[in-house]
Amino acid sequence: MRSGLIAALAIARKDLRTEIRTKESLTASLSFSLVILVLFSFAFDLGREELYAISGGLLWLVYSFAGALIVNRSFARELPNDCLDVLVSSPAPGWSICLGKTVAAFLLLVTVELITLPFFGLFYNIAWWHSAGTLLLVILLATWGIAVIGVSFSAVTVNVRLRELMLPVLLYPILIPLLVGAIGITTALFSEDPQMLSANGISLQLLIVFDIMYTALSLYMIEFILIV
Amino acid sequence: MHAVAADRVWKYFGDYPALRGASLEVEKGACLALLGRNGAGKTTLLRILANLSRPTKGAVTLLGISTHTEEARRRIGYLGHGIGVYDDLSAVENLILFGRLLGVENPAAVAARALDRVGLTRVKDGLAREFSRGMRQRLAVARAFLHEPELLLLDEPFTSLDDRAVAVLQTLLRDARSRGATIIMSTHQIREAMELASHVALLERGKIVFTGPQTTEMLLDPGWLYRTYGEPQA
Repeated sequence: MRSGLIAALAIARKDLRTEIRTKESLTASLSFSLVILVLFSFAFDLGREELYAISGGLLWLVYSFAGALIVNRSFARELPNDCLDVLVSSPAPGWSICLGKTVAAFLLLVTVELITLPFFGLFYNIAWWHSAGTLLLVILLATWGIAVIGVSFSAVTVNVRLRELMLPVLLYPILIPLLVGAIGITTALFSEDPQMLSANGISLQLLIVFDIMYTALSLYMIEFILIV
Repeated sequence: MHAVAADRVWKYFGDYPALRGASLEVEKGACLALLGRNGAGKTTLLRILANLSRPTKGAVTLLGISTHTEEARRRIGYLGHGIGVYDDLSAVENLILFGRLLGVENPAAVAARALDRVGLTRVKDGLAREFSRGMRQRLAVARAFLHEPELLLLDEPFTSLDDRAVAVLQTLLRDARSRGATIIMSTHQIREAMELASHVALLERGKIVFTGPQTTEMLLDPGWLYRTYGEPQA
């Protein structure tokens, strides 16, 4: 167990270090998120209430697109020089490879989300900072879910020719329950409507349950995905 | 106990059987040259031994334990077709990373020693992508031998190596043999392989058709084995 955690940490550090040097997925994900936010701000001419009603959906749409771009590189960056073979044949258990890659993807995605959030507030005039603490918790929980499932599907599609297309096709249907929960509670937080907040209280628990379920499943399944 | 025991291993890719009941036993400390024409199944067999692929049928054990176990993988050094190092990490960062994955004690010291052995100490902080082809290959060799594995699985290790990398690899292989490591290498460079090999196995269309000690005939005439045990070419 300890050696697995050390290996996971080494893999996460490696992924973050290479990403900081190349900025491949970080730049793509961040610029894509900002462009979508700008485009949507021009595309919709909504009243105050309507805007608040769709605000959670809008934010999580952007975050899930950004997430697909980040997780897509998780295993794809192992392809040059057949590094994936070396990783899989090493004593590091499959779960530690998955965990390390999930931690790296999670940190990268949270970075993109936290940079994007003020722009979201600015473009749509939404006061997100009133409930910043709970919003941060929702972001962390839902982002972990996106990262852990995304990394597993990144492993599934790593050798597929159209992996950039295949990954979102496989990923988004699985993420629906998680995104529905995150959207519900985010919209309630932005609206500051006590009735809506209490109605979505269960969403936070759902996010926790999904995270535990997705994490356990991904860590268990990864070895069967990588070694065929 | 054999270092490697493969018992009637089959591997299908779709309907195509890449391995058809291949059986192989390699004694501890032996150096086996795995020969065979293109498509014979050498890489597939080595990938199964390295736990990179699961056999469709049959069983494989390494040093008496299943290839799937962490313990078995800790004792393997694998050098495949790709060099298996990260272009955006420096030479020393690459080796420290693999040292941590392999669970070696003091990965920094082990990495420094490995770089010294392959003559890359001077450029240890340079990114792998800035290296020449020969330097990258030496780094790959250092990576495979980093933890002084008991079993080395080498897939065409001499292919496209420069003179210096060949010399480094041959020295490391001799050192490995002298400390009792078992070596299995698939190769087309029969002469280089025969200099090191104690045993030879010939794969033909997914089957091992010959295994045995290396003989003088094989050394003098590398084509002898194919002519004697191989299927005639169409």
